[in-house]
Amino acid sequence: MTKPMYLYPLWVRLWHLANALMFLSLIATGLSLQYSSIEYTIIPFQYAVSIHNITGIVLCTGYIFFLFANRFTSNGNYYQFHLKGMLNRTFIQLRYYSYGIFKNEEAPFPISADRKFNPLQKISYVFVMYFLMPIVVITGVALFFPDMLPDKIVGIVGIHFIDLIHIISGFTLSIFMVVHIYFCTIGKTPLANFKSMINGWY
Amino acid sequence: MKKLNLIVLLLVLSIFLFSQEETEKPIEHSPENSKCFNCHGSPMYSFYNEVLERNVTKRMNPYFLVDSVSFYDQNHSSFVCIDCHSYDYRTFPHDNELQMDLMPSCFDCHEGDDATAEYQFEKIDHEFIESVHSTKHSDEFTCWMCHNPHTYKINARDNENIKETIIYDNNICLSCHADYNKYQLITSEKNSNIIEKHDWLPNQIAHFTSVRCIECHSHSTDDILVAHHILPKDEAVKKCVECHSSNSMLMASLYKFQAQENRRNYGFFNAAILSDSYMIGANRNLYLNILSGAIFGIVSLLILIHAILRIILK
Repeated sequence: MTKPMYLYPLWVRLWHLANALMFLSLIATGLSLQYSSIEYTIIPFQYAVSIHNITGIVLCTGYIFFLFANRFTSNGNYYQFHLKGMLNRTFIQLRYYSYGIFKNEEAPFPISADRKFNPLQKISYVFVMYFLMPIVVITGVALFFPDMLPDKIVGIVGIHFIDLIHIISGFTLSIFMVVHIYFCTIGKTPLANFKSMINGWY
Repeated sequence: MKKLNLIVLLLVLSIFLFSQEETEKPIEHSPENSKCFNCHGSPMYSFYNEVLERNVTKRMNPYFLVDSVSFYDQNHSSFVCIDCHSYDYRTFPHDNELQMDLMPSCFDCHEGDDATAEYQFEKIDHEFIESVHSTKHSDEFTCWMCHNPHTYKINARDNENIKETIIYDNNICLSCHADYNKYQLITSEKNSNIIEKHDWLPNQIAHFTSVRCIECHSHSTDDILVAHHILPKDEAVKKCVECHSSNSMLMASLYKFQAQENRRNYGFFNAAILSDSYMIGANRNLYLNILSGAIFGIVSLLILIHAILRIILK
């Protein structure tokens, strides 16, 4: 029995909770807007627009807060890469998820105070937080000002181009969320990681 | 060989020059019209007053003013003024009784006219009679109220630039609905502020510049290209999904002509809209839909298999 560690400070948990709620709302309203129909309505269009806009602003504010917090607290260390041996470490983690886990092998990179994320988590979290999130946030903000967008970008109507990028990055983030939730069930118990994200202790 | 090249070059050049001459053929300005435009083409006009025995300059009634440049760039640019106005207008000063003349209507020429059959004037008239412009106003509300015979030119089927068509068509509505003085000429009702009336509409500027007023304020049918059945304000479209959906009603109104010419392209629903604009809910890509559905399905399946194996092999 390992000694419990306080891994998730309050600000991380609150930010994570807000992020999760905003994500769910944005996915639901985004899908409702993209597939709006006269025959069937999940969320009425005008409400979906308002909710999507408001939750988008909250997510955007939360993201800016996350960037500052990661820059000025030790939480940012978990997102730092060591390129040397990264490929090998990632392969080991992949092998564990696709084979070792079924053989009841020990996790190759167990969670510790210095290593909150395994190599695969680190790659995916960095990709999500420092690549996909800026894209979805910037394109989302741009869509608030459709009149200011260029008429054409690479031969496509400006607003359509920006929206395509917004939708594709949003969809990729949705897929990440599904995978993220499933992988969170891989802990000491299926609910252990969820409990940790609520009380902060691992 | 050089001679042959020269002949070919000259032939190509002559074809080019000939075609240039064809396309840039100047409109013949009738000398008869020039006499009218001498006075009616400018805000001030002068004439020799025989009683006073001197030249007199007067202001032209703004409603009798005709911009000659616009006149020669419109549907009836080949007309001479007296085709529609009395022959007696050729004499000046004009006889006062001429003001009692009835102006011809569109149907005086176009009714049963084979040359303009494609515009379906009879159906337009039928729609107009059902519209609020007809039911709420007297017979004085004629085609000319919206389609100034001196400046009107068809747009929806001629202009490939949808944005220009939108501005042109909306200006027709705004010429009364955003002009207090002109509006009061036909009604004693207060002209409401269009911006305030559309406060509920999100992204007002985007909507006002991307669709025409008639998209929401008229009943569109398949019979004619531009709807003339203007609805009472209570019956205007207010449901976003009427346009923002895969079976967008805009394809049957604003983009009707383009839609007829250019059916769904490259897997995009409502592809015609994409040439000038973009509308969430209406523009979807079939292939991206399939791809995203497939990715989501594969990921869900992999998760399910992984979870089952974890439970079985534990």
